[in-house]
Amino acid sequence: MDKPVNNRAWLLVLPVLLLVAFSAILPLMTVVNYSVQDTFGGNQFFWAGLDWFEEVIHSDRIRAALGRQILFSAIILAIEIPLGIFVALNMPKKGIWASFCLVLMALPLLIPWNVVGTIWQVFGRVDIGLLGFTLRKLGISYNYVNDAIDAWITVVVMDVWHWTSLVALLCYAGLQSIPDAYYQAARIDQASRWKVFRYIELPKMQGVLLIAVLLRFMDSFMIYTEPFVVTGGGPGNATTFLSIDLVKMAVGQFDLGPAAAFSLIYFLVILLISFVFYTVMTREKEDS
Amino acid sequence: MARITLENLSHSYLPAPSKDEDWALKPMTLTWEDGGAYALLGSSGCGKSTLLNIISGLLLPSKGRVLFGDRDMTGLSTMERNIAQVFQFPVVYDTMSVRENLAFPLKNRGLPADRIAARVAEIAEMIGMRDALDRRARGLTADAKQKISLGRGMVRQDVNAILFDEPLTVIDPHMKWELRTQLKELHRRFGHTMIYVTHDQTEALTFADQVVVMYDGRVVQAGTPQALFDAPEHTFVGYFIGSPGMNLMDARIEGAIAHIEGAQVPLPYGYGAMRGRTQLGIRPEFLSLGTGQEGLPYTIRRIEDVGHHRIIRGRVGQADVNVIVPEDQPIPADANRVIPDPAHAHVYLDDWRVNPARQERAA
Repeated sequence: MDKPVNNRAWLLVLPVLLLVAFSAILPLMTVVNYSVQDTFGGNQFFWAGLDWFEEVIHSDRIRAALGRQILFSAIILAIEIPLGIFVALNMPKKGIWASFCLVLMALPLLIPWNVVGTIWQVFGRVDIGLLGFTLRKLGISYNYVNDAIDAWITVVVMDVWHWTSLVALLCYAGLQSIPDAYYQAARIDQASRWKVFRYIELPKMQGVLLIAVLLRFMDSFMIYTEPFVVTGGGPGNATTFLSIDLVKMAVGQFDLGPAAAFSLIYFLVILLISFVFYTVMTREKEDS
Repeated sequence: MARITLENLSHSYLPAPSKDEDWALKPMTLTWEDGGAYALLGSSGCGKSTLLNIISGLLLPSKGRVLFGDRDMTGLSTMERNIAQVFQFPVVYDTMSVRENLAFPLKNRGLPADRIAARVAEIAEMIGMRDALDRRARGLTADAKQKISLGRGMVRQDVNAILFDEPLTVIDPHMKWELRTQLKELHRRFGHTMIYVTHDQTEALTFADQVVVMYDGRVVQAGTPQALFDAPEHTFVGYFIGSPGMNLMDARIEGAIAHIEGAQVPLPYGYGAMRGRTQLGIRPEFLSLGTGQEGLPYTIRRIEDVGHHRIIRGRVGQADVNVIVPEDQPIPADANRVIPDPAHAHVYLDDWRVNPARQERAA
C-alpha cells in the first residue's frame, strides 16, 4: 500500500487517545498494579510477583465458576443464535406487521438489566409469580430458590427472552439487504427452501452473525446483574458465574490482589475466545 | 418444450386497480412459437420485466392465462414450468465455486453426476470460464458473475424456454457482442425458445427473428425486424426502431393528399375522413433534400457525419425532421425543401398506423 504518511494525523487522534487513557487504560493499569502486590491495609503494599496469578489459576472455586460460565455461554449461544435466525426468517418483510414486530422485538432490549432480573425474580416465584405459581398448580415441581437445575433453567430462559431479539434484529437487517433477484434466481434454479437458506441467506447474514455471536458471547460471559438479582448466585454456588464470583472476591472479601489477577485472566479469556470466534468466522471470506 | 401462449393477460401491482394507469400490463394475447428467438423491446418501465416474470411464474398475473402448448400453467410454480431466466444484475451463489454455481440447477433436478460434469464443462467452454471453474464465485468481477448467471440459465437442456432480462447491461461492449453471438449459436444448436428483453434496438434486431415491441404496458407490434422498420404500427415503434427514428409531422389528410405547413404530399393510398390527431410518418432514409417548390419547407439546423452516411437535423415548421444522406451524395448549400418518397409514407391516427386497405372496416 502506497498510502502517504502524515504524522500530523496523530495530533488529530490525540484527544481520543487521552480520553481513552483516562477512562480505560489507567484503571486497567491500576488493576495490573494490584495484581502483583499484596496489602494488609494502611495503604502499605508489598511486591507479590505472580503469586496471585498462580493462586487464581489453581483455585478450584474459580475453575468451577469458569466451567459454569463456559457452559452458560455455550447454552446461550446454542439457543439464541439459531432461534434468532429462525425468528428473523419468519418476520414479515414489509408492511405494518413488520413495524409491529420490530417494536415488539426491541422491547426486551430497552429494559434495564436489573429490571429484567426483577421481572423474572417475581415471575418465577412459586407463591406469587405467574410462571412459578402456574407450574406448581400444574403439578410440576419448580423452585429456582433451592433447586440448582430450576435456577439454571430460569437464568437461561431469562437471557433467551432478553437477548434473542438482538440476534433476530441483526439477522433481520442482514436478510433485508438481500435483493429480490437472488430469491427469484433460486426459484428459477429450482432450489429447495433449505438450499435458499444455505446458499443465499446464510452467506448474506455472515457479517451480522459474526457481530451477533461476538456480542452475545461477550455479554453472556460477563453476565452479572440478572442472575445476581434472581438467584444471587445460588442455590449454593450453582449460578455463581465468573463476574459474580469476582465481585464476591473483590468487594465481599476485599481480596484485592487475587481479584485483580482474576480480572486480568478473565479479560484475557474473553479476548482470546472472541479472537477465535472472529478468526473462524471470517476465515471463509479471506479465502477468496 | 412447447409453444407459449398468453391469453387475455393483464397485470396490476395494485390490489384494486381502477384506472387505466393502474395496470402495468394492459390486456394482451400473444403467442411465442416453440423454438423461436424473440426480442422483447421497449423503454424502461413499459412492463417488459413484468411480462417475463409472468411467463416464468415468478409473478401471478391479475387476469388471463399462461399456456404451454395446451396446458394451463397460470397457477403453477416456476419449478413446475421448468423455465430458465437470467436477470439484469448478476446473481451468483457467493460461497460456491464457479463449477458448483453452474451445476446448481442440474443438481437440484437430480441429474447423475457424470452428465452434470459433461454439461458444466460444455457451458464453461461457451462462456469462456473453463480455467476459472474452481475459483470461488465471491470476488469475481461483475462481468464474470454475469457470465456465470448466463451459464446457469443455459445449463439445463430440458427447459421450456430461456428468458433473458437485459442480461448484458453490465458486460463490457466487446464481450457483449461475443456473448450475443454465442446465445444465437446456442439457439441454433438446441432450439430453445428464447425471449430476450432489452431496450437496445441493435441487441434486439441482431438477436431475434421476431421482435415484440412494448409501450406503456401494451404490445404495440410484433414482427420481423424488417416489418418493424418498413411499417411501424405505432409511432413509438417508428421512433424506437431506427437511428434516428421515424419523422412524424402533424398533417391534415384529405383523400390521397397530406397537407403539411401549407405544402402538399401525395400519398400512395386514399384515406377516408379521420377524427383525432393525424400525423404523417416517414423514415429519414426516405427523405431527400432539394431546392425550389417541391416537397416541404425545411430548415437545416445541424449536419452530423457518422461515417458511412450523414444525418441532417432540421425542422419542418415546429416538427423535428431528420434526413439521412448517403456519404457520396452532395448536400446542396441552399437546400430548403425536403422531399418524401411517398411509397414509404405512413399515416398515423392518434399514434396508431392507419391501414388504408382496412380503414373502411375500422371506420
